Formats: sequence, C-alpha cells, structure tokens
Amino acid sequence: MATHKVTMKVNGKAVSGEVESRTLLVHFLRETLRLTGTHVGCDTSQCGACTVHMNGESVKSCSLFAVQCEGQDIQTIEGVATGDQLHPMQQAFKDNHGLQCGYCTPGMIMTALDMVRRIPSPSEQEIRKNLEGNMCRCTGYHNIVKSIAAGAKAMAGAR
Amino acid sequence: MGAEFGIGASVKRKEDFRFVTGRGNYLDDINRPGQAYGYFVRSPYAHAKIAGIDAKKASKMPGVVRVLTGADLEADKIGGLICGWNVKSKDGTDTRMPKHPALASDTVRYVGDAIALVVAETYAQARDAAEAVKVKYDVLPAQIDVSKADKKGAAIVHADVRRNMAYDWEIGDKKATDAAFAKAAHVAKLDLVNNRVAPNAMEPRAAIGEYSASDDSFTLYTTSQNPHVARLVLSAFVQIAPEHKLRVVSPDMGGGFGSKIFIYPDETAVIWAAKKVGRPVKWTSDRAEAFQTDCHGRDHVTHVELALDQGGKFLGLRVSTKANMGAYLSTFASCVPSYLYGTLLQGQYTTGAIHCEVKAVFTHTTPVDAVRGAGRPEATYVIERIIDVAARDLKIDPADLRRRNMIQPNAFPYQTQVALQYDSGNYPAALTKALEIADYKGFAQRRDEAKRRGKLRGIGLSSYIEACGIAPSAVVGALGCGVGLYEGATVRMNPTGSAIVYIGSHSHGQGHETTFSQVVHERLGVPFEQIEIVHGDTGKIPFGMGTYGSRSIAVGGVALQNAVDKLIEKGRKIAAHKLEVAESDIQFKDGTYSVVGTDKKTSFAEVTFAAYVPHNYPAGLEPGMEATAFYDPANFTFPAGTHVCEVEVDPDTGGVEVVKWSACDDFGRIINPMIVEGQVHGGIAHGIGQALLEGCVYDKSGQLLTASYMDYAMPRADNFPTIKVDTIQTPCPHNALGVKGCGEAGAIAAPPAVVNAIANALNVKHVEMPATAERVWQALNA
Ligand code: FES
Ligand code: FES
Repeated sequence: MATHKVTMKVNGKAVSGEVESRTLLVHFLRETLRLTGTHVGCDTSQCGACTVHMNGESVKSCSLFAVQCEGQDIQTIEGVATGDQLHPMQQAFKDNHGLQCGYCTPGMIMTALDMVRRIPSPSEQEIRKNLEGNMCRCTGYHNIVKSIAAGAKAMAGAR
Repeated sequence: MGAEFGIGASVKRKEDFRFVTGRGNYLDDINRPGQAYGYFVRSPYAHAKIAGIDAKKASKMPGVVRVLTGADLEADKIGGLICGWNVKSKDGTDTRMPKHPALASDTVRYVGDAIALVVAETYAQARDAAEAVKVKYDVLPAQIDVSKADKKGAAIVHADVRRNMAYDWEIGDKKATDAAFAKAAHVAKLDLVNNRVAPNAMEPRAAIGEYSASDDSFTLYTTSQNPHVARLVLSAFVQIAPEHKLRVVSPDMGGGFGSKIFIYPDETAVIWAAKKVGRPVKWTSDRAEAFQTDCHGRDHVTHVELALDQGGKFLGLRVSTKANMGAYLSTFASCVPSYLYGTLLQGQYTTGAIHCEVKAVFTHTTPVDAVRGAGRPEATYVIERIIDVAARDLKIDPADLRRRNMIQPNAFPYQTQVALQYDSGNYPAALTKALEIADYKGFAQRRDEAKRRGKLRGIGLSSYIEACGIAPSAVVGALGCGVGLYEGATVRMNPTGSAIVYIGSHSHGQGHETTFSQVVHERLGVPFEQIEIVHGDTGKIPFGMGTYGSRSIAVGGVALQNAVDKLIEKGRKIAAHKLEVAESDIQFKDGTYSVVGTDKKTSFAEVTFAAYVPHNYPAGLEPGMEATAFYDPANFTFPAGTHVCEVEVDPDTGGVEVVKWSACDDFGRIINPMIVEGQVHGGIAHGIGQALLEGCVYDKSGQLLTASYMDYAMPRADNFPTIKVDTIQTPCPHNALGVKGCGEAGAIAAPPAVVNAIANALNVKHVEMPATAERVWQALNA
C-alpha cells in the first residue's frame, strides 16, 4: 500500500507522519500522534465520539482521510485546556455532571464549542437539535444539555 | 465529617478532569511493546457447516503473522466458554449447556460467530487478510423466530439439545393461582413482546493479550465489568493459565450496561494467541462487530393474565414466557429470564397468587444475556402493562388501581409469592410524590390543550421494583449460581495520612472514585483529594465480583465501609495507648479519637502515623494500618418508585414525542445525589430508547438487519424532554450504609410508562415496542 507524508497543524504545533492513502484522520491522531482523547464509537459517521475541529469548525475525524488534512489546522480535545486550567466548556461539563463514562465527552465538548461559535447563547431546543450528530449512552443527555448551556454562558462572560 | 465531601453531598467527580481533557485511559488507548493486531473472520451465515477453511493466501499477505483457527484451539486443548448458572427445569433436569468453542471449527450458529483470528503487524493488514481467508460453508436452515423455536419442524441449533430448549422453568404456586383465577370477577389478558435490544456502550469491546515467557504468565487487558470473574473463567474452565499466572486488567471503560460482564470468544482467542505468536495481540471491536457479537438483551414473547376481584384487588397473576437465548448460553444468560425475572413478578403489589413459567430456547441469533436491568425490566413491563389493561377494562384510574393494591409501608419485611423477601420501602409515598411532580391532576387540561393543537396526549405510569445488590451467596448458590456474589475492599492508609482503596467494584461511568472517596472521607476524615480508588486490576485488588445489577454501592460500598470500621477499631487501641486510657473510654467521631468527658484527643491521621512508626505503641499490636473486608449481603436490596410519562402523538404520522417525565425513586440512603440523579437520567433514556426506537431485527435467514447506527435507532438528545426526578429515602435495614443502588432503575421503569402513555393517548389496549411512528399509526388506524 502506498504511503504519503502528511503535514498539518495539530493543537498549534506542526506535525507530520507517514500514512496510507486510506488512513483516517482519527487513526492518524490516535496512532501516529498518540492523541487518544479523540475516540472511535462507530464505523458509519453517526456517533460523534471522534469530533475534532478543522480550521475552527467541527468535523468527524473518522470521515476524513489524513491526506485530506494536509496543511490544515486541527484542534483536538487535548488542545482545549490551557495547561491544567480547564476551558469554561470543560469546566461546565464537570460542574454539571455532563459525563459519566467519559467516552463521548471529548466529541461532545468539541461539538459544543463549535455550536457556541455558531449560536452564542443556544436555547435548550437548539442545543438538543445541534447534538444530533453526537451519541451518549450514559447520561440521557439531560446534563450534557445543561453543561453546554452553562458553558456557553461562561464563555460569553469571559469574552 | 466535612459536609462538603461527606455522605449526602453532591461532590463534583474527581475522575472528570482526565475525561474532559482527553486523558482517559480506555482500552484502545493502550499499546504494548511489540504488539500485533488481531481481526476475526466471522460467519456471514446464521447456520452452516464449515466444509473447509483455506488460509493459504491470507497467510502470505503483507504483514500477516499467523492465521489461527478452531483446529489450533482444539489442538492446544483450550476449553470452551461456559454459562455459570444452572437453572433447573420443572422436571428437575439441568440447563442444557451446549459446547461453545471460542472459534467455531465445525458449525457456525449465528451471523458473527468467529471462525478464525488473523494476526498481523497492523490492524488494516489483519483486516485485509481476514477478507482473503476462504471459508467453504454448507448453508443450513436457520431458526430465527423464537415463538416457534421449540415446535416441531424448527431448525435445531445444537444437536444435543432437544427442541432447542435450554430449560423449561417455573416459579410460584400453580394451584393457588388457578384457584385465584377461578374466583376472579375479571381477568385481564395480554400478549406482548419485549423487544430485543443491543447494549451499545459507546466504547466497543477490546482486548490485548500478553504473554511473558520469563515467568510463564499472562496479562489480559480487557473491557470487563468484573475482571476477577474473567480470570476465574479463563483459568478454571478455558484453561488459559492458572489464576496466579493470569492477570486481568480492565482500565477506564466507556460504559458497560451488562455487555462487558461476560467472557466472550474474542478475548479468549486473543489471550491464547498472544502466547502462540509470542507477541502481545490487540483486538478492538468495530461497531458492526459490536452489534453482531455483544450479547443482546430482553427478547421475550409473553402471555400474561391478571385476575381481579370486584373491588379491583389483584387476586392472581399468570405469566407464560418464551425467552430467546440466542445461539449459545452466554456467561449468565440462564439466570436472566428466570431468577432475575420470575422473582420480580410480585411488583409493588399484594397479588395473592402468582405462577410463571419460562421456556428458554436457542435460536440462530446472537447470544442474549443481561442488559441494563436484566430480567427486571421484562418483569416490570409485564406487570405494569397488564395493570393498565385491567384499568382500561374496568374503567378505573390506573394510579388508583395501583394504589389500591400496593404493599403498605408497615408490611415489611414482606414475603412475596415468588421467593423474595422485600426488606423495606414506601410505595404509596413514592407514587404520591411522583404524581405531584407530574401534576397528574392537571393532565386533563393538558390533554385538551394538546387536542386543540391536533395532538393526542397520553399519560402513563410505571411503579417498578427491582432486586439489586446481587446477592447473598448462599441464596444464589441454592438457585444454581456457580459463584458467590460478595465483594472485597481493602483500605490502605499511608504513613502520611493519605488512603488508597482497592476494590472489586468496577467503575465505567458510575463515578466510584468520587462516591467511594466520600464514604472513606465521611468516616475517617481523610481529605477527599487524598483518597485514591483503585479498581479493575486483579494484580492489585482483592478478589471481587465486579459491577452489575446495581451492586457497586450496595455490596462494594458496604465492603468498603466494613474495612473502614476495622481500621477505626485498630486505631482505637493505638489511641487508647497514646492517651493512656482504656479502649472503652475512647470515642471516635469525625476522624478523631477522644476521651469521653475530657479534651484529650488524637486524630486518625496521627494514629495512622503511629501505626507505621510504632515507637510508642501498644504491646502485641501489629504495626501498619490496612484492612480488607469481604461483604456478603444478607438479602437483596429493593429500590422502587414510580415514573410518570407524558407523550404527544401526531395522529397524521404516528410520531410520538415524550413531552414530560417525572419520577420519584427510593434508593435508600444516597451518598452523592448528583451522581444518583445522573444514573436515573441515563436509565430513563435507555428505557425510552427501548420503548420508542431500539430493536434488533433479523430477517428470515438470520441476517442482522440492524448492525449499524444507520439501521439501529439510538436515542439522541432531541428524543427527550427535560426530566424531573426526585427521591424518597427509606434506608436499607440490612446493610451498614442503608443504600440500595440506582443504576438500573430508569431502564426498568421507563418502557411500560412510555407504552402506557401511548396506549392512553390512542385509547388502545396495546402497542408493541419499539413504538415506531408506523406501529402507532397502524394502531390508530386499525
Ligand atoms: S467514530 Fe462515530 S462518528 Fe466518527
Ligand atoms: S458519558 Fe458515557 S457515552 Fe456519554
């Protein structure tokens, strides 16, 4: 299988690696870069556990080949906090019990950040609708919705 | 101790930091040096003879290390998988437990049955090569329909199991029940199906097997809710290695819901393969594999009858169920539709006589075992549905009919007609509170208002009970269980005053690191952030039975509390010595030993230090501050409550929207209300999912049509309203913490509440689950 060299920016740092044509972005992140915070929960682009940002917008990293991301700016969950200082959205998930097993959580947070970028103070209904690409089996979404509302508010306050 | 971190406080979870920053350590995040990757060749047929396996081409493909088959497994004398619970049939015979090899060599019995394991340098290479393994199948007829599986002409799943019958079991008093029905003023009847669901933990199962030649030992990293049970089965039955040469590690886990209790073919093959190829072997399930091979849940076909007298009193309940076991008996499959089902048919009510029979049958489908609730959702569905049918028949308000029949709070302990003895509860109080939260009285107005908008609004109740904290070992042993169901916990104090807890309960979303720390902090006063909870590693923790059946707090938590008590007693001796008084003069409170009636005192931390630096120390007392307790409960615990669901149906489309959810649960004493509430939310969502959306569908040939999230409808955020939950607290009288457990309640309570609400909205007798728009529209236009 032919391999390619890819170079991209991940969490603000230039990175590169050898990948197969078929290597997905999520596998490049997890296996080559060992950024294992981005998860895989399905094979059909439904669950959202793999959500990251590309050039500031959320994408499902299982639905992109690594080679498609040549030269792009990727942010993963590992790049959201500042050192040990949680981002307000991460803090909101912790404060509102927005996670249980934590498997869906990185994807939820990346989706939430993109949601707030587009809709700075989303209503409950807007949050629920905008989570249609992210599944959680543990929480029943109740506290995720609460977390995102609280996170959005905190982010507005911080601006 | 400090209310901020003690029992009853909604302490924020200490595990969250690593999860919100992407630093969790889930199984697929682990890689071992020199690791190779495994991929399984699986049967595309539900039933076929394997006429030949040709792996020549696959073996030569790039990166392939080895292709292993069932023949290799047999040559190495690796045993098959087992079922750990022998449920005796009516006639006294044992459960038929057919052979279940980890890799099928002769016959495949469901789509997904594993045939070969391809090991290669990369996952992609293993997968490519697996596609090149040529298997010749002689396809045979498959038995998919559970209702006909024991009938003449059914395709036979195992040659040595007559009529596909694993067992034909009963519980209760048939004669007394017949007599009760003979006296009845009214008999309500219903046929219902409890739909087959896939567990769908968001993290797929995975395993890494590793063999160390230097000390001839194995380490299995696996997604397991009960690593010691996995070790026991893999040692004693599968014969991978003796227990002292096998370590099982189960790290952070992305949900379990029952599916990660069982010992599967996959990890069995992987740990065996590791020695065979002399390298660690890693396998991670993809979602399609998960749908095909994670044990499914429910799948009952039931006929139920309820006998009532003139005044609406329940005289008798008669239940006949056919339960689908799938193609093999999974680890605990047999106990789910029997001892976790029939024993719960008393519900919250004083029903005078009960008889239940269950035929457990094999079909050519994925094995069925425990999924969140396991048996208890099925029982609750039967009871709570037939009550609503009776209420409709007799034109009695469903809440009123329930209340008339509820066991009263002064009636405990209450001996049921189906073996259990309920220890405590207050069912009418929970009902009252749930109805208040739901504004039950205001429903008519909401219904009328919805009607003006063209919607049909319905309300449905579910007053459930569950038996949790499984379980007294002697009881389950008498019922055929092959293991004891205690839990073990060790508390190790460090000289500087911090604590490490080693516990058999496994956390995979339940927040044990927080809850158990609260228990320790409450009693010992060790600062909350100086308590470490270690679980999921047989190399570290005491022998433990793990997490399922809402047992972590009710069994593991109590073991922990008992270990803490042992430390307090030891510390009392040291404190008495230090303060120069008799032990009996010492009292212990809030982490401090003090002499009654004086201001002399010493802290637990000081006593701990003295135990490790025993310069001035009681004669004959061992140094050190560490204690282990194993706790075997005296009885099950019995969480109970009432949930109220309101739906709106669009009569044009049949679409159902859950618009309101109100609940009052009784979990006994609550350690962390925030976590408990979260568990209830998740359970409710799981139950609503089963009622409205989820269902595994096989076609006639046994193909699983719902093997991806494109085809299997998982609940999403916009399927739910805001959920309002509250609790009452009737402490459990027989454990030291007064706790009952809360993890499954929502999943048990929710399905009948939803279906009752839909039946109410439509004014029909019944709608099967999942109540899809099509089904609801059909019911409305029948
Ligand atoms: S892994 Fe499920 S959407 Fe990407
Ligand atoms: S927290 Fe477990 S899947 Fe969302």
